[in-house]
Amino acid sequence: MNSAVDGLCVDRVHVWRGDRHVLKGVSLELRPRELLQVAGPNGAGKTTLLRVACGLLRPEQGSVAWLGKSIASTQPEYQCALAYASHEPALKGDLTALENLHFMVGLKRRAAVAELRDCLGRAGVAGCADLPVRVLSAGQRRRVVMARVLAARAVLWLLDEPFTNLDAAGSALMSGLLEEHVAGGGLALVVAHHDLNLRAAQRRLELQ
Amino acid sequence: MTDTGVSAGRAMMLIMHRDLRLSFRRPEQLLQPLVFFLIVTTLFPLGLSVQLSLLRDMAPGVLWVAALLSSLLSLDSLFRSDADDGTLEQLALSGQSLTTIAIAKTLAHWLVSGAALVLVSPVVAIGLGIPVSAFATMLLGLSLGTLTLSWLGAIGAGLTVGLRRGNVLLSLIVLPLAMPLLIFGAGATDRAISGTSAAGALYFLASLCVFTSTLAPFAASAALRIALD
Amino acid sequence: MWTWFYRLASPPHVYRVAATLTPWFLTAAVFAIGYGAIAGLVFAPPDYQQGDAFRIIYVHAPSGWISMFAYSTMAVAGAIGLIWHMKMGYAVAAAVAPIGASFTVLALVTGSLWGRPMWGTYWAWDPRLTSELILLFLYVGVMSLRPAFEDGNRGDRAAALLSIVGVVNVPIIHYSVLWWNSLHQGATVAKLGQPLMPPSMLLPLLSMMLGFMCFFGAVLCMRLRGEVLNRERQATWVREAIKS
Repeated sequence: MNSAVDGLCVDRVHVWRGDRHVLKGVSLELRPRELLQVAGPNGAGKTTLLRVACGLLRPEQGSVAWLGKSIASTQPEYQCALAYASHEPALKGDLTALENLHFMVGLKRRAAVAELRDCLGRAGVAGCADLPVRVLSAGQRRRVVMARVLAARAVLWLLDEPFTNLDAAGSALMSGLLEEHVAGGGLALVVAHHDLNLRAAQRRLELQ
Repeated sequence: MTDTGVSAGRAMMLIMHRDLRLSFRRPEQLLQPLVFFLIVTTLFPLGLSVQLSLLRDMAPGVLWVAALLSSLLSLDSLFRSDADDGTLEQLALSGQSLTTIAIAKTLAHWLVSGAALVLVSPVVAIGLGIPVSAFATMLLGLSLGTLTLSWLGAIGAGLTVGLRRGNVLLSLIVLPLAMPLLIFGAGATDRAISGTSAAGALYFLASLCVFTSTLAPFAASAALRIALD
Repeated sequence: MWTWFYRLASPPHVYRVAATLTPWFLTAAVFAIGYGAIAGLVFAPPDYQQGDAFRIIYVHAPSGWISMFAYSTMAVAGAIGLIWHMKMGYAVAAAVAPIGASFTVLALVTGSLWGRPMWGTYWAWDPRLTSELILLFLYVGVMSLRPAFEDGNRGDRAAALLSIVGVVNVPIIHYSVLWWNSLHQGATVAKLGQPLMPPSMLLPLLSMMLGFMCFFGAVLCMRLRGEVLNRERQATWVREAIKS
């Protein structure tokens, strides 16, 4: 029985989707200053695992614990400590990038507009701050999502395919942000197909 | 590290503000259910009779049925766009309870659909021959009724949000639950037209509204939790 | 003390219990309905007001009662599934739904047939028939919701939630229809229920009620076994049970 009381602990989780046994007793442990890459073929359950770790999906068997306590009992605190980026950039097309950020971060903490603009700048889309998201390209939207993750100031990052739609510069930026986050004491659980090649301490979990 | 969090009240204001802003950026989508309301009420005189005196007998029922049907049209979109673009998941992970989210979104939705309907109803009432003396009862009844319907619709929308062709199923689920609304609402207007006291019916409508407002948010958040799975 | 309840979470146990109960329910149903039908249809005196037409109450009243009872059963079973995460609760809810809906249709049809000699029309918007009709819509809603989900478990949970919402509304609907009908008396005077009856009429009615309940129990057990087999088709005990 492993238990990372200073981080995330997923213990023997089983998930069924109808008759399909998607996650078969998956366990993982993540401590501060660690990055865990989840890899595997399509349909192996990588996104499902990430959603279980967030608490969006309740597994039929098994448990998820954050800082030693089950996430079911500490939901609000756990949710404030994490930032989740799904496969789709969860942004409202009719709002500007800044409005999107202001809303999503504002539900967790009070954030000044200047700080949000700064995050958009670090993600390389300062010029898009006042444009409606629907006119942005896929790569720009992905960068806005990066800015949101930065602005959330969360200690645990749960990222599903964060490198999709990014050009070389964007990928390098994403890698840099991940390294910085982990070096600063953060935790990251990342679903990615290719090897990340980061300077941070990383492990790999292969799902079948 | 993160701060201690944001209060539920402030979160509700943020969500309502966002939803209202999104609605007003697509004004054509706001107008469509209202136009539908006008069109449906036009169908009845065309199908039944030209004489206002005859229409007046039917008017409360016609008004309420039209209001129900046009509300149903807009209810499908209560959670759908958020579910489709992934923002519903982000809301569920925002540290706020799903009940808070459901309340805020339903109220914002009512403001642009139900309340708008109530504002348009005098126009329709004149077309159906309802005397001005009955307007106060009609407006009050419609306000309570559309709010209750928004709550019932939130439950139905939460249950059907991920489904294809969910809008037909939504109507199937919500309409039977809305029948008491129709009975008391049309009954109140009817009594106001005939001059008798509509107080009893209005009290029942108000109590239905309070009852639904208290319980529906929990049912809607339970439905959303199932949808997010 | 609650072990009997927790054992009901086990599918093979439920399957066996349902198999044992079915013949008891069926026998009791045959006797109770047999007595009720003969005593009510043949021996009870004709009603002074309606003549022999009132006899349809021996089918109409029990089916109306069962339709309400079945809906409550469905809601309670769904609630058990939601609260205790017992899949057998969902199985019972799924098994009951079509049975309850059928009894609702039977109540509506017999009510309609009764209407012909009573009011001269096949349908009248009297409170009880109207409430039954709305109940039928509630059943159809729940029965349509479950298969709309690809994931059976989500469908079960959604249907359970909807049936709980529905069951809370049933008294509201019933009362509001009664209020509405009392305003619009019109040509229909509802006398579908006879509050005061002599024993020669009442006893067969009670017997029919009991018989219908037992019949409901028997059919529920049979359908439940089918549901359990279908839901647990991957399990090994099912393959054993099918072989034997």
